[in-house]
Amino acid sequence: MIIKPIINNVSSATQPWWKVFYDFSPLVRSVDEGIRSSMTPFWADATELIIVGVLFLLFYAITGLFLVYAERKVCAFIQNRLGPNRIGPYGVFQTVADLIKLLFKELIPIKNADRFLFNMAPYIVIIVNFMVLGAIPFAKGLHAIDLNIGIFYIIAISSLNVIGAFLAGWASNNKYSLIGAMRSGAMMVSYELSLGLSLITMVILAGTMQLSEIVEAQRSGWFIFKGHIPAFIAFVVYLISGIAETNRGPFDLAEAESELAAGYHTEYSGIKFAFFYLSEFINMFIVASIAATIFFGGWMPLHIGNWDGFNRIMDIIPPFIWYLGKTFCIIYLIMLFKWTFPRLRIDQLLTLEWKYLLPVNLVNILIMALIVLLGWHF
Amino acid sequence: MAKIENEAAYGGAEEQNEYVINIGPQHPSTHGVLRLVVTLQGEIVKNVQPHVGYIHRGIEKMCESITYPQIIHLTDRMDYLSAHMNNEAVCLAVENALEMEIPDRIKVIRTLMSELTRIQSHQLFWATYGMDMGGQTCFFYGLRDREKILDIFEETTGGRMIVSYNCLGGVMYDLHPNFRKRVKDFIKYFRSIIHEYDAILTGNIIFRERTMGIGPLTLDDAVSFGVTGPSGRASGFSCDIRKHAPYSAYDRVIFNEVLLTEGDTYSRYLVRMEEMKESMNIIDQLIDNIPEGAHAVKMKPVIKLPEGEYYQRVETARGELGVFIISDGNKNPCRVKFRSPNLVNLGVLNHISKEFKIADLIAIAGSLDFVIPDIDR
Repeated sequence: MIIKPIINNVSSATQPWWKVFYDFSPLVRSVDEGIRSSMTPFWADATELIIVGVLFLLFYAITGLFLVYAERKVCAFIQNRLGPNRIGPYGVFQTVADLIKLLFKELIPIKNADRFLFNMAPYIVIIVNFMVLGAIPFAKGLHAIDLNIGIFYIIAISSLNVIGAFLAGWASNNKYSLIGAMRSGAMMVSYELSLGLSLITMVILAGTMQLSEIVEAQRSGWFIFKGHIPAFIAFVVYLISGIAETNRGPFDLAEAESELAAGYHTEYSGIKFAFFYLSEFINMFIVASIAATIFFGGWMPLHIGNWDGFNRIMDIIPPFIWYLGKTFCIIYLIMLFKWTFPRLRIDQLLTLEWKYLLPVNLVNILIMALIVLLGWHF
Repeated sequence: MAKIENEAAYGGAEEQNEYVINIGPQHPSTHGVLRLVVTLQGEIVKNVQPHVGYIHRGIEKMCESITYPQIIHLTDRMDYLSAHMNNEAVCLAVENALEMEIPDRIKVIRTLMSELTRIQSHQLFWATYGMDMGGQTCFFYGLRDREKILDIFEETTGGRMIVSYNCLGGVMYDLHPNFRKRVKDFIKYFRSIIHEYDAILTGNIIFRERTMGIGPLTLDDAVSFGVTGPSGRASGFSCDIRKHAPYSAYDRVIFNEVLLTEGDTYSRYLVRMEEMKESMNIIDQLIDNIPEGAHAVKMKPVIKLPEGEYYQRVETARGELGVFIISDGNKNPCRVKFRSPNLVNLGVLNHISKEFKIADLIAIAGSLDFVIPDIDR
């Protein structure tokens, strides 16, 4: 009873069915209308929430597993190894097998741990991930919530991540975990600043915080080209602080293996450990996709000003391919960093933030404001 | 956090804000079962108390009940990365006690093997040190090249790491026909690829920031703590036994004793990198000049040392290894004492890592390059 009007709507459209890959909004709109026409508003909202939730759950699991696999292959490539190659073709099902193993493993209860906080911490991390994912535009029209303060929302929510790490470290009743939690607290709180300010730089250029409008504004060229020098500086700063935010090497002090065993999640086992592990990868995905959205146009194909012929050729590739392509290029870059650089020390990390990145960022905002005022951007 | 009740028993944590943390015996960066009881104030190390003995096997005591040829095979298990040098120390001690003449061929073979062992040991140091610093790629690069040396060992000696190649009066087997070619190939290969080591770690700005000025050891302290090997030479302590008391064929090769003066973690690292190159120079000089002859001198079936005290020291990859034998004229020694470089070097850890951060402690301990079974014996 719901499906029928949707099919009618989509098939009655004047465009062929594959056009939906270039613009998801007719499909989304017709699904929405179909649901609303057959239910009361409350149940319609509930149904939509469940559909979006299930879709994100699927997306979360698949992306997480794929990223774990990708990381293994990338690091194997850098380290002269083969990486996983036994389960499935090229070992693609290795991570699935690992997940099944983690699902069946015992959840070891920790003596003297704060049980409630200990159990809550992994869920906080996961929930934060989901909340941020909801605000990311995956393709034209494929956008769970399009807030008019999208960037502000993302900055605000992603800083909740530290609570999960902190609770985990505190509740574990383990000194290694506590040191890891303290480190991740100091690190995330400091780098939140650079992350936010570098995004603010781009907001000045865009003139809006709404992610869909930011993407639309890049129709005539991506912001990293439009905003030239300050945009590039902002991108570098964003990438550095983004890696720090996700607790990845060379900023993986919170889980520094050679010092703290596994940092704040030392005491976690089984699927709870998997939650932390997956959330680290999804965090990386989020950081990369925000970078792709803000600096590289999100799902917007590569357009150059008025070159209509060139732009039309670029438009042939569907937007979500553009989006995923950009995101995975940045993820690959982040992975390269991790497997190339040694780890920083905590004081060097904070020095880097407070003495270098923050002043650079503030000056950069000024430059960007000047450029926007004087119209020196493209 | 629950209060640790027996904190006072550790001897640390006297101040209000200090707390005690155990690094080891099972910990990723102690490279074995070393236990460091660390007193911390926040992240700052206030005191490090090494607790040794988790892999104590009583090798010295065991030596008293076995014959001299048997002792050689126990010494492999001390510093397993310098297995060949450990063997050599015992062999030289016994041979000198018996006042034997060792043919040149054996001396050259022993020197070649020692230097190959030194290179593979420093390669593993580089690999694990990179890992201690968080650069996990180093581990695989180091092991990739180390495998090639282990293959050479395997071909000639039958063993890869615990080679047990030395025997009293010579070496167990003659060199494999491929030995010379493979060693030359390896030297050529390693010279062409050692720049990767510098590219990924030595020249890295993060690595330099992490190691320069960290854990400085002055020359006076190095001498008074008896820190030998690359760790001592980084402080300017000229302690290379190969130079000062040449044994085997070291008196006929030209090589530099790598001496630096800074004494920090970075220079301890650099000394090892340079020593790999020096070792390759030594091998270059000897590999084409292996004299012909037998690979071992015929020994009596039962070897008895004349009554007395005998001492022989060699330069292992980690420092000065001394073998002290007291013989009462029997076929087994009355007392054997190994002066293992790692135990002595461990003594300096607390002295140089105070007031540095916990991450620096890992870097310092890594730069002293401990092999735990050698500490405990």
